[in-house]
Amino acid sequence: MKPASFSYVRPNSWPEALKLVAAGARPGAGTQSLGPLLNLRLAQPDTIADLRHLPDYAGVAVEGGVVRIGAGTTHAAIEDGAVPGRVGEIMAGVARGIAYRPVRNRGTIGGSLAHADPAADWVAVLPALGGAAVALGPRGERRIASAGFVKGIFETELAADELLRAVEVPVLPAEARWGHWKFCRKVGEFSKATACFLALPGKAPRAVLAALDWPPLVIEDASMLAKDPVAEAARIVTAFPELGAWRRALAETALRRAVERAGGA
Amino acid sequence: MKKITISLTVNGEPRQVLAEPREQLVDLLRRELMLTGTHVGCEHGVCGACTVEIDGAPARSCISHAGSCDGASVRTIEGFGEDAVMADLREAFSHEHALQCGYCTPGMLVVARDVVLRLPEADEARVREEMAGNLCRCTGYRGIVRAVLRVLAARRLHA
Ligand SMILES: Cc1cc2nc3c(=O)[nH]c(=O)nc-3n(C[C@H](O)[C@H](O)[C@H](O)COP(=O)(O)OP(=O)(O)OC[C@H]3O[C@@H](n4cnc5c(N)ncnc54)[C@H](O)[C@@H]3O)c2cc1C
Ligand code: FES
Ligand code: FES
Repeated sequence: MKPASFSYVRPNSWPEALKLVAAGARPGAGTQSLGPLLNLRLAQPDTIADLRHLPDYAGVAVEGGVVRIGAGTTHAAIEDGAVPGRVGEIMAGVARGIAYRPVRNRGTIGGSLAHADPAADWVAVLPALGGAAVALGPRGERRIASAGFVKGIFETELAADELLRAVEVPVLPAEARWGHWKFCRKVGEFSKATACFLALPGKAPRAVLAALDWPPLVIEDASMLAKDPVAEAARIVTAFPELGAWRRALAETALRRAVERAGGA
Repeated sequence: MKKITISLTVNGEPRQVLAEPREQLVDLLRRELMLTGTHVGCEHGVCGACTVEIDGAPARSCISHAGSCDGASVRTIEGFGEDAVMADLREAFSHEHALQCGYCTPGMLVVARDVVLRLPEADEARVREEMAGNLCRCTGYRGIVRAVLRVLAARRLHA
């Protein structure tokens, strides 16, 4: 199908973009999620404010142990190593598993997080890495912890007059151990169950269970999962009582495999 | 809805098109510019038939908004006539029976060319992974994968 009519605006500055959004315009980033919604007429906005040409929209900067990734940074740029260091290595591996290269060439990390599809990859991975989403509103920037940013299905902590400006992740030491498992039956599909496991030296490991038609479940202290993955994965999954047997099995297996991939306890 | 003017470079030529703001790039290419080599399958990013190059990188023209391509450089299958890698791929596709009805072929070729140039060391598993976003209802993919591998192998030999 073709989209319903809308008008198209291309703001050249962030204040201008914020004004448009406050007036009800729908932000457009890579349009790799918005495009299908428009074509299927699931979204019928009056106006689209195209963020792609805003200054400093894409790009990566490292400062004081934090990597700031502009919301407009594409999955492909991250796949190709735009984020430096150990955390960049981890993110490049994740990016390669998102959709297909032509989609990754346009789809952005900010668009993906703001879209908040429970099955999306950054929605699962960013809470595991820690850090924050940087929201820009009429009163300036504010930080929202990644672990609590997605609060429902297609629902985030962003206010109606805010834009996602950037995503921040911590610089990770070379010894950081990472495990990630995404269940999908075909390359590039949305996940049916995703688990992440991150172990930093001298700290309790963190885990995330996601893509279960629910916001991601963040386990701040996953020491038990590392010690006894089978029993603990089964216990964690009881947080999703509505899952059928098949989905529950995927979720448990994803958790166990994420731990395994991180090199176990 | 008032039409908007979109200026872009298509296959090396500057073009100016009056389009509806709601149009996707593929509509502009096929309807306004009569470049019907770019095909439309699913119109939601899944099948790959509409894949073209935008600013040098493969992209889905069915979900790339036309307005946002103002100022961009777009290359469709019609624009690869003189391209040496594409010439090799065309020959390999023909040799390996990598097409039947041809509906998927323009998108397949644009993605295959990107794989050949971006991942010169790709093996069969990687080629299958990279081509997974392009659906073919006819060939069963074996010929397509072989064709891409054939071009990769020939280029490695002559590197
Ligand atoms: C075939 C296909 C397969 C896919 N598979 C996967 C997959 O396996 N895993 C995965 O994670 N994703 C997948 N995706 C989605 C893809 O990753 C998208 O790139 C991403 O979800 C949206 O990013 P975008 O930049 O295209 O945002 P857009 O589509 O432009 O926007 C998405 C939503 O976010 C809003 N928005 C965008 N930017 C901002 C901002 N800065 N501030 C506030 N709101 C904003 C928009 O208004 C819109 O509601 C797939 C997409 C396709 C077409
Ligand atoms: S028509 Fe664009 S991906 Fe199917
Ligand atoms: S050749 Fe017919 S769809 Fe691929």
